[in-house]
Amino acid sequence: MITFVPRDKVSKNWTIIGPILSIFLTVFFGLLIFTFLGYNPLETLYQVFLSPFSRIDRISDIFVKACPLVIVGTGLMLCFRANVWNIGAEGQFIMGTLLAGSFALLFPSVETKFFIFIMIVIGFIGGALWAFIPAILKTKLNVNEILVSLMLVYVAMLFIDFIVRGPLRDPMSFGFPLSKPYPDGAIINKIPFPGIGYLGQLHYGILIILLLIPISWLFVNKTLSGFKINVLGSAPKAAKFAGFKQNTITITVLLLSGGLAGVAGVIEVSANIGQLQPEVSFGYGFTAIIVAFLGRLNPIGILFAGIIIATVKLGADNAQMSMGIPKVVTGLFEGILLFFLLTGETLQKYKIKWSKVT
Amino acid sequence: MAIKKEPEILLKASKINKSFGNFIANKDIDISIAKGEIHALLGENGAGKSTLVKIFYGVLKPDTGTIEINNSEVYISSPNSARKNGIGMVFQHFSLFPALTVAENILIALDKKIKFKDLISEISKLSKEWELFVDPLKRVSELSVGEQQRVEIIRCLMQNPKLLIMDEPTSVLTPQEISNLFKILKRLASSGCSILYISHKLEEIIELADQVTILKSGESIATIDAKKTNTKFLAETMVGKEITDLKKTNSISVTKDTALELNGLNKDKETDFGISLKNINLKVNYGEILGVAGIAGNGQVELMEILSGETLCEKDDQILLENKPVGFKSITERRQLGIETIPEERTLHATVPNLTIAENTFLTYFFKYPKANDIISNLLNNPHNSKIESEKIIKDNDVRCPETNPLANQLSGGNLQKFILGRSLANNPKVAIFSQPTWGVDIGAATSIRQKLLNLSNSGKAVILISQDLEEIFELSDKICVMNDGTLSKILPVAQITAEDVGLLMGGKLDASNQVETTE
Repeated sequence: MITFVPRDKVSKNWTIIGPILSIFLTVFFGLLIFTFLGYNPLETLYQVFLSPFSRIDRISDIFVKACPLVIVGTGLMLCFRANVWNIGAEGQFIMGTLLAGSFALLFPSVETKFFIFIMIVIGFIGGALWAFIPAILKTKLNVNEILVSLMLVYVAMLFIDFIVRGPLRDPMSFGFPLSKPYPDGAIINKIPFPGIGYLGQLHYGILIILLLIPISWLFVNKTLSGFKINVLGSAPKAAKFAGFKQNTITITVLLLSGGLAGVAGVIEVSANIGQLQPEVSFGYGFTAIIVAFLGRLNPIGILFAGIIIATVKLGADNAQMSMGIPKVVTGLFEGILLFFLLTGETLQKYKIKWSKVT
Repeated sequence: MAIKKEPEILLKASKINKSFGNFIANKDIDISIAKGEIHALLGENGAGKSTLVKIFYGVLKPDTGTIEINNSEVYISSPNSARKNGIGMVFQHFSLFPALTVAENILIALDKKIKFKDLISEISKLSKEWELFVDPLKRVSELSVGEQQRVEIIRCLMQNPKLLIMDEPTSVLTPQEISNLFKILKRLASSGCSILYISHKLEEIIELADQVTILKSGESIATIDAKKTNTKFLAETMVGKEITDLKKTNSISVTKDTALELNGLNKDKETDFGISLKNINLKVNYGEILGVAGIAGNGQVELMEILSGETLCEKDDQILLENKPVGFKSITERRQLGIETIPEERTLHATVPNLTIAENTFLTYFFKYPKANDIISNLLNNPHNSKIESEKIIKDNDVRCPETNPLANQLSGGNLQKFILGRSLANNPKVAIFSQPTWGVDIGAATSIRQKLLNLSNSGKAVILISQDLEEIFELSDKICVMNDGTLSKILPVAQITAEDVGLLMGGKLDASNQVETTE
């Protein structure tokens, strides 16, 4: 019989070995599955994990893909640290995008790039407002935020669908559910590199990551507010004893995470799509939940987790194109990876003891 | 009391070992219990008493060791097989379903099939025979704690046990209920049923037990004839060192200056399981210790929260500090004004277990650092600021740490309590309010904590001590009041109230409280 015996202290070795080992185990079991499915395992391995690094423009696409994941994941980190379970970042992403996009379409001829900053602020407000609904229901009526935030995702999806088919549909779109294109001022440009030109889709929007990661690290580790969030998450009664207001913290983290999801939406659409359409998110809000946990609710970890997940997603695209492997393999790899990481985390705190069956 | 000729051994356990990870809960324990004997198991918290009896009752399995009943080895795999071997147990925390009736609760635990009508008559018969009066058709949620315990005992008696295990049964009872329980246990023993009685209360053991086995750090260090020993010897054997007496000189320091006052305080319960506070009046002067006795769960938690400021009053003037209303002040504001509370729950309430001692210091210190009205420096106020204070608290209060700035969960219960006390006292409070300050700490630490309370009142502070340990209340307090079902009795000087009066008040005997008032 296997029993888990608690360790006296969290094992330092396992903190390092755990994540590395879990990536190797993910690769191993992934290959096993593909072999049984009849694909060439080595080629699958190459396509999923290495092909995204094969060309410099592909590498820059990893960062483009990771950008929304990291922004949303950082916001979710604040919620999860406070034990507030915001599962609806996808909806907040959509509503932030929709509000900022609708605003941009009011000014069809605006050209100044300063306009982007206004859109980001409006996107933040849009996402935060959508997150305010579960926040206020939880703090005033004690309604479970998991259910409310999740269900509001579907409301948001249908709402943007309605908007682009109805009020904001471009009359010139030949019946497609698309809005008019954004004005020039609402478009985030690609970064030109002298002598090379553009590197894939690499755009100015990812610069926000360079700001966000250090600021959020300082926030959670070096500020009173960050401390309040940590205490509330580990011991709500102690937070009360310290005089921290639980409801204020809950509302704050929900607004911040909703707002960041909205910002991610604005950047994603302004840089890569340039108009409103029924689908703007492609599941970033849900994938970011995994990113937040893979990154161990730590900003720097989340940066790496975002890059890993983005790699697998792009790799799965490549595998689909070149080998005909269904794209759902991304989900498979994410699942296996998360499973092994959580196992590794358990092994940090427990050691396994084999005992004879009695 | 059983007249012993040649003691016939009922249960014999040899070389019982049990460990949880690196923690050894039981080490080579030998114990034998004679038929009809009341055998006490004595030891401090964490000495391994509960682990041992859980092994006897099949809740835990020993790593090694054998158990014999009536000279034949048995393997107790589950509580079910323990019951088949004639072992019954009454837990410290009762295992009754509050929404079911007494009879239904007993039926659930029965292994044999029985008609409901026969069950009722059997319960009535047993409760009459053993004077365990309880109405079988009443819901458990309507019963007092003492009555619930009777249900548990009846439930065990239904199985005709040869051995009844009782885990700290008196911690929830009033003195009157305790003496009733003892009468029943003695009758049970003289009828041939052995009793294994777990306690850390020495007087009880001397009064009740025939034999006493003392556990220390998981080992059985002595088995003594309880009739030929005294409390001092038991205490010193249990702790393994001499116990210093408290230096009590406090009543000199009592003043007539009121520090804290509660006026007609009412507070409705916030959940179904809470207690509403009803018309609480309380006054504590500088230099005195006010003891609030009462069985846990009678509103102490709610009173504590409203005193600390974790919940606010309905009216500002329901709490007065030096005649100034503070009922609307938050816990942080009250700390600044000089009211410090030390809650009962050390981990997860007074401290956060997975944060360091410096961070835990910051928890109740953070308001000291920000420069006034400066948002940026307030925002950048962080636990690092508390390093020096935390080191001072550790040094001044003799908190033993395994490393510099350890996590709170690396400290033992007693050391953590010393840290929490030191942290509060470092704020130099005017009023200090303690809830169960020595609960679950070893005798050495308890003595030092009690001495600290006395020193506080000697130095002119007002102290409120909420405790269910009557001995502690009488030992430390200058004045005493009793909490029962959300109400507080009149406050009386310790010289004018006896343990019996307090017991009656704890049990909620209203006529008795009138009697007490007239004796003033």
